[in-house]
Amino acid sequence: MILTTIKRIIKSGWKSFWRNNGLAVATIFIIVMIISLINGLFIFQAATDFLVSNLQEKADVSIYFNENISEAEILEVKKEINAVEGVNSIEYISREMASEKFVEKYKESQILMEALEIVEDDPFLASLNVKMAEASDYAVLNGFLEEKFSEKIYKINYFENKEVIESIFSISSDVKRFTFVFSLFLAVLGILVAFNTIRLTIYTLKEEIEIQRLVGASNWFIRGPFVVQGIIAGIFATMISLLIFIVSFYFLNPQLKNLFLGFDFFGYFVNNFLFILLIGLVCGISIGVISSLIAMRKYLKI
Amino acid sequence: MIKFQNVTKIYPYPKVAALRNVSFNVEKGEFVSIIGKSGAGKTTLFKLILGEEIPTEGTLFFKEINIPEINKSNLYKLRQQIGIVFQDYRLIPSKTAYENIAYALEVIGADDEEIKRDVSKVLEITNLTERAESFPDGLSCGEKQRVAIARALIHRPDFIIADEPTGNLDPLNTQEVIQTLVKINELGTTIILVTHNKEIINILGRRVITLEEGKIIRDEERGRFIL
Ligand SMILES: Nc1ncnc2c1ncn2[C@@H]1O[C@H](COP(=O)(O)OP(=O)(O)OP(=O)(O)O)[C@@H](O)[C@H]1O
Ligand SMILES: [Mg+2]
Repeated sequence: MILTTIKRIIKSGWKSFWRNNGLAVATIFIIVMIISLINGLFIFQAATDFLVSNLQEKADVSIYFNENISEAEILEVKKEINAVEGVNSIEYISREMASEKFVEKYKESQILMEALEIVEDDPFLASLNVKMAEASDYAVLNGFLEEKFSEKIYKINYFENKEVIESIFSISSDVKRFTFVFSLFLAVLGILVAFNTIRLTIYTLKEEIEIQRLVGASNWFIRGPFVVQGIIAGIFATMISLLIFIVSFYFLNPQLKNLFLGFDFFGYFVNNFLFILLIGLVCGISIGVISSLIAMRKYLKI
Repeated sequence: MIKFQNVTKIYPYPKVAALRNVSFNVEKGEFVSIIGKSGAGKTTLFKLILGEEIPTEGTLFFKEINIPEINKSNLYKLRQQIGIVFQDYRLIPSKTAYENIAYALEVIGADDEEIKRDVSKVLEITNLTERAESFPDGLSCGEKQRVAIARALIHRPDFIIADEPTGNLDPLNTQEVIQTLVKINELGTTIILVTHNKEIINILGRRVITLEEGKIIRDEERGRFIL
């Protein structure tokens, strides 16, 4: 008998889902919005992470040494810098390597090449290229260098790039903080809208719920079909939202890739498909089911 | 079967005394008619029996169960034992005539075979076979009333309350409905019927309770229709 009842509830929910199109369309629309928002933020978060680490890669400092400093001395300095906290990597660039790099980079430019030949002294200096973990670490490194090796160092490129480096770091952490707060805000807003929409549609079913009570339906016999409808709406909404993502990422991937320094949205989406599907289903179904249960509570009192 | 003990019902908003100190018993197997002018409190009586309203004073029993004390979430057990015809039909708007009738069987957990068989039979008896797939909005008042009656009888309750079940029926249909009620009453079902129809009272020749402004002013075996 319990099995018959469960079967009956599912059948009734399925039927009502297709009949009360108002409830179905409104609910699905709202749930699609929320799921898309949540998944969109999830993907955007991954994209900004990618962007930030990419920018961090690019931030570095070049320490140029005076011409009279030998390679052995520089390698000695390198060792000491290595002991400084927050150093990610150090690369030694000899005068020859610097010149090769320059030639490699500008071999197409006739004028520069000619100019290089005219210069009598070798214009290139040996340098150490240092990458730090955090923006604030560059200041520490700078202090360390000024104190210990100021007479050996010709110049530190840090002072030219300082602002760029610092702004990159502060922008990326701001972006992260902002997207987090903004997404939380939108998600809460979305859930409130969803709840209200469902409440309004259930209000129109007030009479129906009360009649069901009066002719002897138990509360779960009445709620059951709504739960089923909430589940169906959640599943449909997830499908629609995923479809929107697939289509838009597929067509916008090249543009987005450019914007986010090569982050592959479509690839990321495909790789994390199961996870994204799961987020959608969990959010969609729980919003559909919980809000209809809360909304109908007061009509079950008769 | 039903016992009212000094029941007073005052609706709070607007403040209306619908029943005043009403006491009566209905024994198993009785067929009782209730008459009274509009606003006398007849429908209120039924709302109390269903637990839809709670008496302001006094109490009432259904087979030894104190109705006002039943927990709201358990009221369905009481309601499943009663066949109810509402004055305003109360059909579920989103369900067809067939589904409305079947619903009374679904809530008690009847199996699909039984539902199919019984509902088809009842539709035939009430001349609604052709309207089976219509929604309440597409039914005439008489048709809605017949669906409401069919829903009240389908699960063979041993207690039926019918609030003016013949108000919108033509004389022939009225006859049939009353005959049906008499027949199931003879099989042992207890019935309380609210009616404004003098002829029905005369034909029945059974107990009549007369209400006036919320008070019982007459309660007679083989009662007459006097308002
Ligand atoms: N929910 C309510 N709130 C306030 N007053 C109510 C409510 N329901 C009914 N009443 C009042 O209680 C009185 C009795 O109402 P009831 O519906 O029981 O009358 P009735 O005998 O069924 O009348 P009718 O023959 O017209 O159906 C009426 O005066 C009515 O206006
Ligand atoms: Mg009435």
